[in-house]
Amino acid sequence: MAAELNKRKTLFSKGLDSFFEGCAELAGFTAQVFKEGIKPPYEFREILSQCYEIGIKSFILVGVTAFILGLVLVMQSRPTMVEFGAGSFLPAMSSISIVREIGPLVTALICAGKIGSGISAELGSMKVTEQIDAMEVSGTNPFKYLVATRITATTLMIPILTVYADCISLMGAFTGSNIKDQVNIHFFFNRVFEALAYKDIVPSFTKTFFFGFAIGLVGCTKGYNSKKGTEGVGKAANASVVIAMLSVIVIDMVVTQISSMLGYL
Amino acid sequence: MESVAQNIIPSKSATGIEPVIEILHLQKAFGSNVVLRDFNLSIYPGENIVVMGKSGIGKTILIKCIIGLVKPDGGTMRVFGQDISKLDHRELDELRMRIGFVFQSSALYDSMTVRQNLEFPLRRHRRKKISGNIEDLVREALKNVGLENAIDLMPSELSGGMRKRIGIARSLILNPEIVLYDEPTTGLDPITSEEITRLIMELQQKYKTTSIIITHDVDLAKETANRIVFLSDGIAYLQGAYDELIKKDDPLIKQFFKK
Repeated sequence: MAAELNKRKTLFSKGLDSFFEGCAELAGFTAQVFKEGIKPPYEFREILSQCYEIGIKSFILVGVTAFILGLVLVMQSRPTMVEFGAGSFLPAMSSISIVREIGPLVTALICAGKIGSGISAELGSMKVTEQIDAMEVSGTNPFKYLVATRITATTLMIPILTVYADCISLMGAFTGSNIKDQVNIHFFFNRVFEALAYKDIVPSFTKTFFFGFAIGLVGCTKGYNSKKGTEGVGKAANASVVIAMLSVIVIDMVVTQISSMLGYL
Repeated sequence: MESVAQNIIPSKSATGIEPVIEILHLQKAFGSNVVLRDFNLSIYPGENIVVMGKSGIGKTILIKCIIGLVKPDGGTMRVFGQDISKLDHRELDELRMRIGFVFQSSALYDSMTVRQNLEFPLRRHRRKKISGNIEDLVREALKNVGLENAIDLMPSELSGGMRKRIGIARSLILNPEIVLYDEPTTGLDPITSEEITRLIMELQQKYKTTSIIITHDVDLAKETANRIVFLSDGIAYLQGAYDELIKKDDPLIKQFFKK
């Protein structure tokens, strides 16, 4: 019994150690990102290239997912709302849900999976095959060229992808409304924009920058620090997805709480 | 049985020429694993040094210390008279322009074509005055390694031998004065190994470089080395020309050369 308890304690303390080591690793990496990223020269060409790789190449996946989510949201909410005589509130309900929560969160979660794991696997395999060392001996600061550019790109592109996802999702909601009823597009979008206020848009748009930063940071940290070997690269990619998704949800919770305290909710 | 370690502390050569690389009491450990204990070596202009030793003994770490990719725990390392440990980032970059590094895995950038791989060091070392345009330099580098037709291929489309050649071309594109080769023939068939050996010798004669070659390949060592240094137990255990070393009665040397 005592041996079992000790074993559990050891497992618990190992888990705790690993958690704090992970936090320290992320904090150290963040400090280095700011230190290296702020100093000129800036890698504008590489940032643009990463924006294309990270942002433009995610448009189809984010678009399809957002459209389906908007459509499903309206189709599932409609029967209950109609039952309570609130069918005319469907555009307002869908716009607030999509802009405040569904658009930013779903975009960030998709990107945490697609982009976070991609960055982590790419940097991990570059490290294993000595490409990062080769870059360093070629007069390039790999931290600046590979890490700072990717984090900048995710921080800039996730907000853009979110705005795009919101628009597509609202189109999905409009399509969903038209499956059972005949709703005029002007009427639908008038109601959508009437329902949206400054306080709905600002916090939800602001948090997407933090989502983007967290996804880039976690992907780069795990990839850049991955242990040697292909197994290490796989583990880094896996850990990056899990931690990035968890970070997005924690940031979402914190921003919601702060928004509430500032009177935005 | 003769077994005399020669961890000689270097100084100026007999002719008074300053060494291009001077390593004094170099130490490096990873946790409790001491890789370099007290390594001393001087390399003079135009010399071709081959470093041999068992796998995992610290040969790659040694050349990574020379180019500043690994920080030593102790000792002094002077390259072109500059103490590596005292250089800032900018100074280290300037120094690295004068040193080429051929990686064991070739380390070609997967996402770039052969052309972009070769252009990369030229574009990145902005401060270096490059004579001639980039396209001509890339074509000349590929011609030197006999792979002009591979210019638009991706690294994934190249064979092991071709990758090594492109790796050599990339490291020589800035006309370095020192070239560090990390196991250039490992993983290649005997014919391709011989081709790479011949290529290294041709390029050394053409560009008059000083070289350090890390290898287990006795044929490569025999063909290219002015001096072979055996690394064992963290020190320069024994060094000399190939013909001198094969006459030694040392068990480690005998093991290496028994083929």
